[in-house]
Amino acid sequence: MAQTGAIGDKIFRTILLLAAASILLIVVAIFYMMVQNSLPTLERFGIGFLTGSEWRPAQEEFGALPFIYGTLVSSLIALVLAVPISLGIAIFLVEQAPIKIARPIAFMVELLAAIPSVVYGLWGIFVLAPFIRNHLGVFLQDYLGWLPFFQGRLTGIGMLTAGIILALMITPIITAVVRDVLEAVPTTQREAALALGATKWETTTIVLGNAASGIAGAVVLGLGRAIGETMAVTMVIGNSPQISASLFEPANTIASLLAANFAEATDRIYLSALIEIGLVLFLVTFVVNALAKLLIMSVGGNSSSSKHV
Amino acid sequence: MANTEQSVHRKRRIVNSLMTILTAACAVFATSILLFIISYIAIQGFSSLSFQFLTDTPKPVGEGGGIGNAIVGSAMMTALAVVLGLPVGIAAGVYLAEYGKNWFGNIVRFVADTLIGIPSIIIGIFIYTLVVMPMGRQSGLAGGLALAIIMLPIVARTTEEMIRLVPNSMREGALALGAPQWRVSWNIVLPAAASGIATGAMLAIARITGETAPLLFTALNSRFYNFFYDQPMSSLTVQIYNYATGPFEVEHAMAWAATLILVGLILVINIFVRFLTRKKF
Repeated sequence: MAQTGAIGDKIFRTILLLAAASILLIVVAIFYMMVQNSLPTLERFGIGFLTGSEWRPAQEEFGALPFIYGTLVSSLIALVLAVPISLGIAIFLVEQAPIKIARPIAFMVELLAAIPSVVYGLWGIFVLAPFIRNHLGVFLQDYLGWLPFFQGRLTGIGMLTAGIILALMITPIITAVVRDVLEAVPTTQREAALALGATKWETTTIVLGNAASGIAGAVVLGLGRAIGETMAVTMVIGNSPQISASLFEPANTIASLLAANFAEATDRIYLSALIEIGLVLFLVTFVVNALAKLLIMSVGGNSSSSKHV
Repeated sequence: MANTEQSVHRKRRIVNSLMTILTAACAVFATSILLFIISYIAIQGFSSLSFQFLTDTPKPVGEGGGIGNAIVGSAMMTALAVVLGLPVGIAAGVYLAEYGKNWFGNIVRFVADTLIGIPSIIIGIFIYTLVVMPMGRQSGLAGGLALAIIMLPIVARTTEEMIRLVPNSMREGALALGAPQWRVSWNIVLPAAASGIATGAMLAIARITGETAPLLFTALNSRFYNFFYDQPMSSLTVQIYNYATGPFEVEHAMAWAATLILVGLILVINIFVRFLTRKKF
């Protein structure tokens, strides 16, 4: 009787182990398959692939720089806009709002994360882009038009639109993680500050200081999402492989390049170039996400990002 | 002296109220964006929604057309992803919760969380090289596999969290009665955590239903009803993408109507899950 239990245990445990190991296997297989299938361009272009700024598949010229630039700039715009707003929401929810107000608002912010990327893209094309073309862009050109960022023709489709859409999309993720991190700060710290005569806001600044590395983790997690966000960006960025200082000009990111061109890439060397640039995206997001997780773990916030998908 | 003290005090109070207003404004801003997007979808979507739209296949511009085959395709690929991803994900989650307090468990946990953050288009490329290239064509099978991989780490981590909520006394009680470890996990712990695992699974399903990028070049698209996994398959999200980026007004209207269906479904799942778990928060 005890014997059958022992054998059952072994079988059961092995099955579970295999399931858990499959997650590791998938990540290793992704890396292997992508390296394997990008060998033609890896061998032919080497490091020049990353530094070249000309992308002409028909002439077999592959420089990934415009896409790396586009990915960085659009993500940066997103962070600049999303981080203060997310911090504000999280502080409001954890430090200020009574629970009866905080709960429904927290849920609605979470729902923002549930809306699919392609829907943000649709909304971006037909609502946000016209708004930027007719209002926001005109306003920026009137007042800040002397800056190189706000020159050029206003079409509504371009880097700025992509950055704003990205900001909307990463706000719920940053908010959720900052909330967790703030909630992990012991209440005694707030009580001590209040008892010393600090105002509510002064207390909050102390809490923020103690949660700093967790908040940094939230920002890095948001950065990771912005870098990899695909559909919405593809639909509003204009898909043009150029490096321009103007945020009104169309641009392209790594993810949107892949979404818009992968299905048509039949020729071996073009496909290899696309897979290689995908490999770059894979490695960058892997490192960024790992870094975010380490930062969030360091303050004992809820480290599971499964809550924040 | 008293005067400066008073003014410092006043300044601190003003800063305090100002920051309260600012943070509240951030919250109001985010919620109004959500309400604006949802009401915009509802208004635009309802105006071109009809029964025929829900059953028709895409047609040349001017002849109507619908999303019937896209609904079927999305359902079939999601079903395949659930059949493949859910059992493996739950098993991995049980492992992490019950046996995973060692270096291996830590690595799996870390990699699972990182995999959740990897752009879904990368999963699409992976499946393209693994399935589409050897098969020589795009298929519903490839699309379903991509969705299964996206679902797997999410299910594993939520399952782990739900199983950790099961009190240890239940495990100890069963072990004390002589049950082997696997019986304890299978007959005691899993049923106790079942409702939590189910809500986690529902959220994962909502998430993959909205995925577009991993389907673009794995399942591709199809203009016809297709019930076979070895053929290219249409999906709601890819159909929305195609309609949205098309040149004609009629297509845009259909994109909004399809979006209403998709977002409606996803919101219903999310609100339902919220309703089920409201006592826990």
